[in-house]
Amino acid sequence: MAQSATTPQRQAHYAVPSPMPWPIMGAAALFLMAVGAVFLFNGRHGGWVSIGAGFLLLLYMMVRWFGDVIRESEGGKYGRWEDVSFRWGMSWFIFSEVMFFGAFFGALFWVRQYSVPDLASIESNALLWPGFGSHWPSAGPGFMEQFSPMAAWGVPAINTLLLLSSGVTVTIAHWALKENRRGQLIVFMALTIALGLTFLGLQMYEYGHAYHELNLKLSTGAYGSTFFMLTGFHGFHVTCGAIMLSVILGRCIAGHFTPDHHFGFEGVAWYWHFVDVVWLGLFIFVYWL
Amino acid sequence: MSAVVDTHGHGHDHGHEHHDHHGGYSGVMRWITTTNHKDIGTLYLWFAGIMFFAGGMMALVIRAELFEPGLQLVNPDFFNQMTTMHGLIMIFGAIMPAFVGFANWQIPMMIGAPDMAFARLNNWSFWLLPFAATLLMLSFFTPGGAPGTGWTLYAPLTVQQGIGMDFTIFAVHILGMSSILGSINIITTILNMRAPGMTLMKMPMFCWTWLITAYLLVAVMPVLAGAVTMTLTDRHFGTTFFNAAGGGDPVLYQHIFWFFGHPEVYVIALPAFGVISQVIPAFSRKPLFGYASMVYATAAIAILSFIVWAHHMYTVGMPVTGQLFFMYATTLIAVPTGVKVFNWVSTMWKGSLSFETPMLFAIGFLFLFTLGGFTGLVLSLVPIDIQLQDTYYVVAHFHYVMVAGAMFSAFAGIYFWLPKWTGKMYNETLGQWHFWLTLIFFNMIFFVQHFLGMAGMPRRIPYYPLMFETWNKISSIGAFGFAVSQLLFLYNLFTTLKSGAQAPQMPWEGADSLDWTHLPTPVPYHTWETPPVLK
Amino acid sequence: MRGSKLLCALGGLYAALACSSAHALAWYFPSAASSMAQEIDHLHQYVMWLIIVIFVGVFGFMFYACFAHRKSRGHPAEQFHENTTVEILWTIIPALILIVIAWPVTKVVIAQKDTSSPDLTIKATGYQWKWGYDYLKGEGEGISFVSMLATPREQIDAGAQKDENYLLEVDRELVVPIDKKIRVLATAADVIHAWWVPAFGVKQDAIPGFIRDIWFRADKLGTFRGQCAELCGKEHGFMPIVVRVVSQEDYTKWVAQQKQAAAAQAEDVNKKWDPKELVAHGEKLYSANCVACHQANGRGAPPAFPPLVGSKVVNGPKEGHMDIVLNGKAGTAMAPFGKQLSDTDIAAVISYERSSWGNKSGIVQPAEVRARHK
Ligand code: HEA
Ligand code: HEA
Ligand code: HEC
Ligand code: CUA
Ligand SMILES: [Cu+2]
Repeated sequence: MAQSATTPQRQAHYAVPSPMPWPIMGAAALFLMAVGAVFLFNGRHGGWVSIGAGFLLLLYMMVRWFGDVIRESEGGKYGRWEDVSFRWGMSWFIFSEVMFFGAFFGALFWVRQYSVPDLASIESNALLWPGFGSHWPSAGPGFMEQFSPMAAWGVPAINTLLLLSSGVTVTIAHWALKENRRGQLIVFMALTIALGLTFLGLQMYEYGHAYHELNLKLSTGAYGSTFFMLTGFHGFHVTCGAIMLSVILGRCIAGHFTPDHHFGFEGVAWYWHFVDVVWLGLFIFVYWL
Repeated sequence: MSAVVDTHGHGHDHGHEHHDHHGGYSGVMRWITTTNHKDIGTLYLWFAGIMFFAGGMMALVIRAELFEPGLQLVNPDFFNQMTTMHGLIMIFGAIMPAFVGFANWQIPMMIGAPDMAFARLNNWSFWLLPFAATLLMLSFFTPGGAPGTGWTLYAPLTVQQGIGMDFTIFAVHILGMSSILGSINIITTILNMRAPGMTLMKMPMFCWTWLITAYLLVAVMPVLAGAVTMTLTDRHFGTTFFNAAGGGDPVLYQHIFWFFGHPEVYVIALPAFGVISQVIPAFSRKPLFGYASMVYATAAIAILSFIVWAHHMYTVGMPVTGQLFFMYATTLIAVPTGVKVFNWVSTMWKGSLSFETPMLFAIGFLFLFTLGGFTGLVLSLVPIDIQLQDTYYVVAHFHYVMVAGAMFSAFAGIYFWLPKWTGKMYNETLGQWHFWLTLIFFNMIFFVQHFLGMAGMPRRIPYYPLMFETWNKISSIGAFGFAVSQLLFLYNLFTTLKSGAQAPQMPWEGADSLDWTHLPTPVPYHTWETPPVLK
Repeated sequence: MRGSKLLCALGGLYAALACSSAHALAWYFPSAASSMAQEIDHLHQYVMWLIIVIFVGVFGFMFYACFAHRKSRGHPAEQFHENTTVEILWTIIPALILIVIAWPVTKVVIAQKDTSSPDLTIKATGYQWKWGYDYLKGEGEGISFVSMLATPREQIDAGAQKDENYLLEVDRELVVPIDKKIRVLATAADVIHAWWVPAFGVKQDAIPGFIRDIWFRADKLGTFRGQCAELCGKEHGFMPIVVRVVSQEDYTKWVAQQKQAAAAQAEDVNKKWDPKELVAHGEKLYSANCVACHQANGRGAPPAFPPLVGSKVVNGPKEGHMDIVLNGKAGTAMAPFGKQLSDTDIAAVISYERSSWGNKSGIVQPAEVRARHK
């Protein structure tokens, strides 16, 4: 991807898009959603209304904006030059997402390696937290209830298999697209989405299990916090990924993309692989070790 | 810079694709919908100006309260809110958007690109800002007011705050989104939109510093988002990231915050270095000395900036190995920064110097930023920092690097490029007055704060013991002088825009980037629709 | 020149200000009262001189260029823009200077961190907004008290004449013997504070739920003052640290006095107090501990700080009232005062609240608090 401006196949003109009102609409939508969330979290009225309005606006904005982009793409406005931009853009976006998860993995690392052992040190035991021992999983010295941690080799292991196979199916779909086997493309895209949805279903089941049978909640100290925030944000990303895949599937069915011009597809596939890799990290550090 | 062989980019002969000058919308809608990097750059700059004004007013409240050891102008709670918002607004609202504004205007022109790589995303990056700023300001109007935690938003004080805290958290999220999207755009533009022949090592220094800055932003803004998200869930959903009772740790917040926060200060400094690296050669009429080592030094600063964060946390009680590691790593940053300083001075050496306003601000920058860098070095030494941490010495340090550093550089940039952008020449006499007054009052505000800090005045206090009175009085008077001096700038700016003299095609003899050498003054709305070809 | 006139004017202003203030200009570290503070001062001077030399050197070049290589003097611009030798030199030399700086600094860092074998161990707990001290080990073991700002409100909020130690005076000073290694364990009950005494060269963040330690050895007699150095909420500027360093004999005497006073206090709990006395005692405690949030008129500052006037808790059953004062309310600024005040004091302050500002819900005896206090 190191080609830059100097690549010979670059066309003479870059597609500089014309003005449009969607971006500011998106900004307003986020504003509404933020205000709504603040109201909701603080028990004020009207929170949901504002969130709902913002969300609808965001949805509308996305449909229109992406609609424009898809139309331009199918209209042949994007050549090799623009394609390279999209690739750089998507790569850096994924990098930023990696860093976001990094913050939460950092928190997990910190509570396991530093804060929990520190709270169980001799001095700390003597003066602040009598009897607290260092172990993981831990919900901290002030947590009085009993809970069980999530075992790695049940649902989580199945979920790992599901996500890994979905990485394979999306790659097969990509091959199919490159060799212009549209039927195979559609089947494997659908399969990928199905695997993603199954993953989400099992994840929901697992949360229910945690809340009802294990007494493991978001508020279960450091373990609960890191467990639910990491898996929760991951689940959110899987959801986004599944939606994106569905849009791409729809476009495949509609006959979009050509064997050598399909960055829309590839970008989403990259994203899906990223979600996959994050899950591996989760499986190892949250469930297993 | 090698010669441009083909200069078809003049724009006028390439307007066909766009039906009219501004692409279909007019009036306010032009600004709302624009995809033109110059328009968006202008929007960023105005936004930054307004935020600078807002943050400045808050600084004046702070300084007015501190004029006397016990003056009850505002209550202590409100004072803390002022400090917090002043810091947040100046950093996220004024300095960062100002330099993104410069990037928008200059980078495409300097590398021969028709626009930014993602022109519509660019519009979004900007328009997120006013909404985020509104959210931030809304927090003042909630019961309990804005957060009074300092711009660092340390837990667990944040957990005690009122609704205003939540507004601030979401504002930070949106500001972060804007920065990330903007940075992705800048990186892609620089990597993919350069004109043929414009290799990376031929780019103007300003583009290099922004490339590296954007990389820093993409890497650390998400981490800040993570930190404030954890704050949010600790506040409302019972998580215990920063609560010892649940096995969390308030210090964890600080690690995450400063993992963002330290690179962030170079996000502020590097583009400023970039502007200075354009201005000094232009007024020395001599190429930038040591271009390659400048690039490497910038990269080295960026890389080092990821492993020094805990120098803000020497007093939290780290193990001695941690303290030593972070101390050594921090002092190392002096080496690449020194390289930059020496290169700038060598650029001036045996040049043919003239001292128009941009150059004055650049020299002011060089002198005062280095001073601030040296006090940074003093702070980086653990035992000395134990005495100085959270005192006014730190406040002095960072205003030297951020006001006399970044802000001066922004002024240099504005005076330097204003003729290019608008085709109007500012009033040189007024510009010089602006510089000298700003310089004098700046030092009056902040030089004495070193003394305050050493003598033991903590930061973020509304009232203070009597022995600090004199310096505080001087500092407060300086602040008001500083504010009045900025009115001179405003006046100069507005009269220039309204009725400034026609700027010559090449107001500065020594400027050598593409925008100066191959585009008319003022620049047309669309440039480089066909890229120039460089050999 | 206009510039020089302006400078003169500023100089004059400056001189005027300097004279108008009755206080000596404090502009440098307070004089050291421990060898650590001394070391820090030396390091600082050492580094400052190095820096000044570099600064003068670099800017000597720059200003010489500004003067000699001006266009207005007709200096032609040379076009050189590289010189590998100097570039390598000015990378290596600063690196060497850094090593010269780092060496002595490292030694001090290691000494600073060595908290082993103390003569006296004291726990300092940061509260919003006061310090609690517990003598844990060494002579005086068992002494425990709370130290808070003694500057009257009139001096802070209103224009009353400020006395010399305005904002730096407390009701009960921390007392330590001279020339003994004192280890301070810093912690906090609510948010982060920082325990700082400049004259000893110590500063340590007090982190809620964690213990972090530092040490100092005072080598001068006298009273030394510092302030909380970490933003901890609205009264952050009002929680000074005052340490009185005394001779060994005086220290022993002081310890004996404290023990006696503590014994007397313990007696008090079982005594049945006269309601008037109790309320009067409570009023003092209220204005020291509670006004910051609930205000002198008991009206609080809603919504952050609830009013006590007509409060359901204050006018409800005693148990609820005792519980909130003893245990506080997690996640709010309301601290568990059971850890800071004696049972007698808590009974007094509760009684005061229950019989002031129109509240009439009776008093609470210390013994009742003792029974409730687990
Ligand atoms: C533009 C922003 C900017 C920049 C560039 C810097 C640059 C540096 N800063 Fe600063 N800093 C801040 C913004 C910045 N800082 C802010 C905002 C805070 C406070 C945050 C808060 O708490 O609110 C802070 C706080 C801060 C602290 C924490 C203080 C405390 O809270 O206790 C420390 C400690 O190490 C520090 C160190 C440094 C160092 C070593 C550099 C170095 O990069 C400086 C390097 C430069 C030079 C040294 C000069 C030039 C070099 C030469 C001429 C070469 C020869 C020199 C030698 C060999 C010595 N800074
Ligand atoms: C780049 C950032 C920046 C800038 C420019 C400034 C500028 C100033 N700062 Fe700021 N400051 C911070 C960043 C900045 N500060 C940060 C991060 C903190 C720490 C906060 C914390 O503790 O959490 C801080 C804290 C801080 C304190 C310590 C407060 C405390 O600890 O309680 C003080 C006290 O004197 C202070 C003073 C000032 C003053 C007098 C100015 C003056 O220079 C301001 C003068 C400016 C004006 C008066 C505005 C004039 C503008 C115009 C006329 C408009 C131009 C407009 C257009 C072009 C449209 N600042
Ligand atoms: C740091 C601020 C602070 C201080 C100091 C403080 N309080 Fe409070 N207090 C609060 C807050 C906040 C609440 C509300 C807690 C809640 O949300 O239920 C509260 C609640 C109370 C209540 C319950 C009122 C009600 O109607 O719910 C009582 C009684 C009370 N405090 C007594 C005291 C006493 C007695 C003292 C001093 C010994 C004191 N407080 C000191 C902050 C403080
Ligand atoms: Cu306690 Cu600041
Ligand atoms: Cu830093």
